[in-house]
Amino acid sequence: MSATTHDEAHHADEPKGFTRWLFTTNHKDIGTMYLVFSLTMFFIGGMMAMVIRGELFEPGLQLVDPYFFNQMTTMHALVMIFGAVMPGFVGLANWMIPLMIGGKDMALPRLNNWSFWILPFAFAILLSTLFMPGGGPAGGWTMYPPLILQTGMAFPFLIFSIHLMGISSIMGAINVISTIFNMRAPTMTLMKMPLFVWTWLITAYLLIAVMPVLAGAVTMLLTDQYFGTSFFNAAGGGDPVMFQHIFWFFGHPEVYIMILPAFGIISQIIPTFSRKPLFGYASMVYATASIAFLSFIVWAHHMFTVGMPLAGELFFMYATMLIAVPTGVKVFNWVATMWRGALTFETPMLFAIAFVILFTIGGFSGLMLAITPADFQYHDTYFVVAHFHYVLVTGAVFAIIAGVYFWLPKWTGHMYNEKLAKTHFWLSTIFVNVLFFPQHFLGLAGMPRRIPDYSTQFADWNMVSSIGGFAFGLSQLLFLYLVISSIRGPKNATARVWEGAKGLEWEVPSPAPHHTFDTPPVVE
Amino acid sequence: MRLSKRMGVIAGGLALFVLGGVLQPAFADYALNMTEGATGQSHAVYDLHMTIFWICVVIGVVVYGAMFYSIIQHRKSKGREAAQFHHSTALEIVWTIIPLIILVSMAIPATGLLINMEDTSNSDMTVKVTGYQWKWGYDYVGEGVSYISSLDAQSEEARGLDASRTPESVDHYLRNVDHPLVLPTNTKIRFLITSNDVIHSWWVPDLGWKKDAIPGYVNATWAKIDKPGVYRGQCAELCGRGHAYMPIVVVAKKPEEFQKWLAAQKKKNLPSPEDNAKASASAEGAAAQPVEVAGRRNGVSDAPLSDNGLAAVMTYERDAWVNGAGALAQPSDVRAAR
Repeated sequence: MSATTHDEAHHADEPKGFTRWLFTTNHKDIGTMYLVFSLTMFFIGGMMAMVIRGELFEPGLQLVDPYFFNQMTTMHALVMIFGAVMPGFVGLANWMIPLMIGGKDMALPRLNNWSFWILPFAFAILLSTLFMPGGGPAGGWTMYPPLILQTGMAFPFLIFSIHLMGISSIMGAINVISTIFNMRAPTMTLMKMPLFVWTWLITAYLLIAVMPVLAGAVTMLLTDQYFGTSFFNAAGGGDPVMFQHIFWFFGHPEVYIMILPAFGIISQIIPTFSRKPLFGYASMVYATASIAFLSFIVWAHHMFTVGMPLAGELFFMYATMLIAVPTGVKVFNWVATMWRGALTFETPMLFAIAFVILFTIGGFSGLMLAITPADFQYHDTYFVVAHFHYVLVTGAVFAIIAGVYFWLPKWTGHMYNEKLAKTHFWLSTIFVNVLFFPQHFLGLAGMPRRIPDYSTQFADWNMVSSIGGFAFGLSQLLFLYLVISSIRGPKNATARVWEGAKGLEWEVPSPAPHHTFDTPPVVE
Repeated sequence: MRLSKRMGVIAGGLALFVLGGVLQPAFADYALNMTEGATGQSHAVYDLHMTIFWICVVIGVVVYGAMFYSIIQHRKSKGREAAQFHHSTALEIVWTIIPLIILVSMAIPATGLLINMEDTSNSDMTVKVTGYQWKWGYDYVGEGVSYISSLDAQSEEARGLDASRTPESVDHYLRNVDHPLVLPTNTKIRFLITSNDVIHSWWVPDLGWKKDAIPGYVNATWAKIDKPGVYRGQCAELCGRGHAYMPIVVVAKKPEEFQKWLAAQKKKNLPSPEDNAKASASAEGAAAQPVEVAGRRNGVSDAPLSDNGLAAVMTYERDAWVNGAGALAQPSDVRAAR
């Protein structure tokens, strides 16, 4: 099999410096740019979270006006979802999918370049709204009308930036699908593909299905605001609840867009460090597809309190509960993969184990939230905030971090400092729980979401949560340091990197050469 | 890191967490769990919540138990060789069927409770709740009693960035109002919930539910309060800058005391002849007022109100409550005055 590539000197005519990155069509370069962008947005969104936790440190207003607080909660969500988590996964897809399937690049390299370079502009537009008269959007990332229509100058910029993010995501998804179907090595059959590739294939279909729906919803907001339509204006015969239905028809699959690739990463890491094949490969694929299907018929569980008919509430409750079955299958399969393995605990494995444990906690609270009568109490409280941060921070973000530690030596050729990385793991894992676990208590005790100030009965757990937040935020600087020092460090990593590593990406040298698999490898 | 050391770190973290909770005196009245509440519904919701919670705990113990057994026993440092099995159809069927059975056992009580909670028939009285940015309006339907309920004055003094007093010095900071909603106990009360501007959500945890207040919609739900008392809640749906400042206070009284209260309110609400005279005078005055455009802000963003918006506000102020002037302020008047 041919893992090596032809001489690098052959590509001496390629541009250097900034133009290399601006014009690049190389999947590795574009993957790197996505990941750097994602990390940047992670810190920008993180700073917004620090403002939020700073203001909530004790009762009373100390730092910011309530309206600015609302801008922070809105922008924190938009930046983290569309700027940090999604581009993070696209970056990993760019880097790893061609390497994993033995293809020489993405199928549509110029489209790939374009879908990345839209993002900095989209976020420049979005973030610039914070400096406009009237400030940024403050109606929540869910953008419910009529409230969002009270946004000032920021409003059209918000809509257009979301359009741009959607275009970028759709093009990225088209690229992933066409790559997986066209660029595989001839012997790489679909059911031999690594699970990360499978989960991304399904995620890409979800993206293509729902991003246009979001674009439609926000365009209707735009015409309601400026062109006299009344899609969501009750006074004009429209329906404010219809927006929520359309938004969550996008929004719920979006949640799985942010978690399915995470399942894929974890399914690569756990077998590697258990030195055992993944348990139930086929059922993992089917479970992923079932979750994707179910994601389209559960959206209204985000809206149990809007006053739906009883039959609707029952349907969405049952459908939502069903998701627990394929998700359970996944967790059981990971545990069965570890069962009777020969486990070692390098940093990627530590993050993967923390993912399984903490994501499952988010799954439990998700099951509780699915129960409609109980949701009447939980809805729009900190219980929900705790729930989705368990699935998104200790779920999606932990999986991305695990994936970065797992593949970083392959990308940079340098083995990161394991001791420091484990310190990063322990600090992150302890403080993320100090940060989010008390929020369950706050929500159950009656604290609503998205408030800048609260009754004194909520003071203590908010202070604990804020301390956890500051410490978790600071711990991530260690991650930044480790990534930078790995990029700059000497090339000392082996091709295989991990003793138990299996798959085509480990057949190429570390760092992976600029061009790989010019001739397709043979999969056994 | 060795296992013992790692366990030490975990234990240390947990101990810190727990100690932090126990040592602080202010923790005397903190809550960890959902309230059992003051209605049959809220008790049922609490019971359902606890049932699901314990089911999750049991599943968690089994799954995490198997996982930690592997983590502790099946480690390479103990010289373990990895087994190479990779599927078991029987096992996979078992762990698909068992969760299904558990889910059905959860869904049955949940369905019963939901049907009960959505049944607003045979109610004894109706209260209409209207959300405004940022206060609540209450209307005892058919009784001619209605009023606005806003944040109390003490909380108001303590809530700003440059507040004159601390939140700790206020009783029920941000959870107190000037005019609470007074309700009878042992009465099936139907709530009709709507909004006048953006979406709000009316939530008193002790009643066991929240319901969104949506412009153009009238949502119905109900409660039957078991015992007299003061029950506090607040708006639960983001509604703008003042979202945190629209609390709800329900004062539940025995039915006979409630009737007395209601009679007193009715008397208070009847306008006296002097009131009528004053009202018509002020209405004429308002209608005759020239259009003055001050630097009004709409409180939501720093953008000034548009001509249309300002004209709407002025029309409203001239016509609302007792000012039945019937005079429309036109956007053109506003434009002329700018």
